[in-house]
Amino acid sequence: MMDAKLKQESPPDPVRKKAMGLLARATLDELKAAWDALVDKPEVHPVRGPETGLVMVRGRIGGGGDPFNLGEATVSRATIRLSTSEIGHGQLLGTDKQRARLAAIFDALSQRDGDKAPVEALLRRIGERLAREERRKAEETAATRVDFFTMVRGDD
Amino acid sequence: MYVAVKGGEAAIANAHRLLADRRRGDRNLPSITIDQVVEQLGLAVDRVMAEASLYDRALAALAVRQARGDMIEAIFILRAYRTTLPRFGYSEPVDTANMRVERRVSATYKDLPGGQLLGPTFDYTHRLLDPSLISDEAIAEPAVKEPGEHVMRVSDILDGEGLIEGDGQMPEGHVMGDLTREPMEFPMARDLRLQALARGDEGFLLALAYSTQRGYGRTHPFVGEVRIGEVEVELDLPELGFAVSLGTIRVTECQMVNQFMGSAKQPPQFTRGYGLVFGQSERKAMSMSLVDRALRTDEFSEDIVAPAQDQEFVISHADNVQATGFVEHLKLPHYVDFQAELDLVRRMRRDYEAANSGETAKEQREAAE
Repeated sequence: MMDAKLKQESPPDPVRKKAMGLLARATLDELKAAWDALVDKPEVHPVRGPETGLVMVRGRIGGGGDPFNLGEATVSRATIRLSTSEIGHGQLLGTDKQRARLAAIFDALSQRDGDKAPVEALLRRIGERLAREERRKAEETAATRVDFFTMVRGDD
Repeated sequence: MYVAVKGGEAAIANAHRLLADRRRGDRNLPSITIDQVVEQLGLAVDRVMAEASLYDRALAALAVRQARGDMIEAIFILRAYRTTLPRFGYSEPVDTANMRVERRVSATYKDLPGGQLLGPTFDYTHRLLDPSLISDEAIAEPAVKEPGEHVMRVSDILDGEGLIEGDGQMPEGHVMGDLTREPMEFPMARDLRLQALARGDEGFLLALAYSTQRGYGRTHPFVGEVRIGEVEVELDLPELGFAVSLGTIRVTECQMVNQFMGSAKQPPQFTRGYGLVFGQSERKAMSMSLVDRALRTDEFSEDIVAPAQDQEFVISHADNVQATGFVEHLKLPHYVDFQAELDLVRRMRRDYEAANSGETAKEQREAAE
């Protein structure tokens, strides 16, 4: 059952955590373009998947209280190993296994010493697109903010 | 006596073929694509995801199309699909305080950090049919403005003064339940009730919520806030030992603020009901929060006097897949059951007539004397 409390959590690697979050939101076109642009394509061996399954999404009672199960979401994931032995994990919402596999490849590439430039360029592209989209949405929402004005009543 | 009946295969095959034809409709019209359903019937897609309890916009849109727009059929199809997939794990709880807010309104405070953000709402429309939508007229781009400050949670404002109960803690040592893993049992803890309500039928919860407003288990509610937006879903990866983001989902959250309770041990404070739903569904989130509060009778020693307060009644009948299965099964062949009933009613009728004719003869004799 719930074993979250029992697990020994190691401190997250903030760089990799952020990179994986960005890869989870990459479009297939972005990933494919980055893969096609790789001059020296690595040899990739599958370790697990790609496969699609479910993650039970949890919420918190009252927004910040104890957790409860809200409902499931489809998730696709893949684990791969490069011939240079780096292991990469890709996991993202939805049923697109191809995206999960490519995300895993770039996760592995991000750990390979030296040649990190193509991965960093991809991450930058994804990050910039997301920032643009989020900014745009925030601006559209802001335009629907109510500005109240108060009518002064009475003589003075 | 049990009689096995065979036959109907050809009729069934042809019926399904006819269904496929009717689903497609007039071939002179273009077929609708899944992307079109996702983009242009987004709230139908959201409802199917919420009540199927499976977040996947594309699959929900496919279900809507396959079901010819019959929502409960679409929910049924998507709910059935989820049983074919393995469970990878449980996410970290989503953090609605850090939601990328697309709409947030509060009925309790006019001026509050983040403000009243109307977002893409039907509110304040005149509910007049719009003929311009018949001809595909061009739509203006949304207006834009510089975004303001962080959208603070209303419950945190009241909480600062200690005038409202906390976010909701389960009793010490409580193990979080999962409806999809264990059979239902009553009394049911609040975490499980919220899971059941989150996937409960919108119409049923709406009616129950309405009944509390009309006096059947009154809770004196105010919408502290409703917010809609995207939250991050994080999954712990045991291989790495930390949680990573899988992407974002859109959810609707309602914080209902209800009239105060107090006791000898506790000063009076507002109580709360909570609603959290997949997708954009304000009506459902609000209904859920009203029903959640109504069901908390044991925590506030309230008498159960109305249907919305009766957890066994509410939770047992909230799932529309279960409900439609049991109601709709009545149309399946019940030939043998009915034959038995028919025999029984004929026998009772004979007995009745025999007794009655004896009675009539006796009455006639008495009248003659």
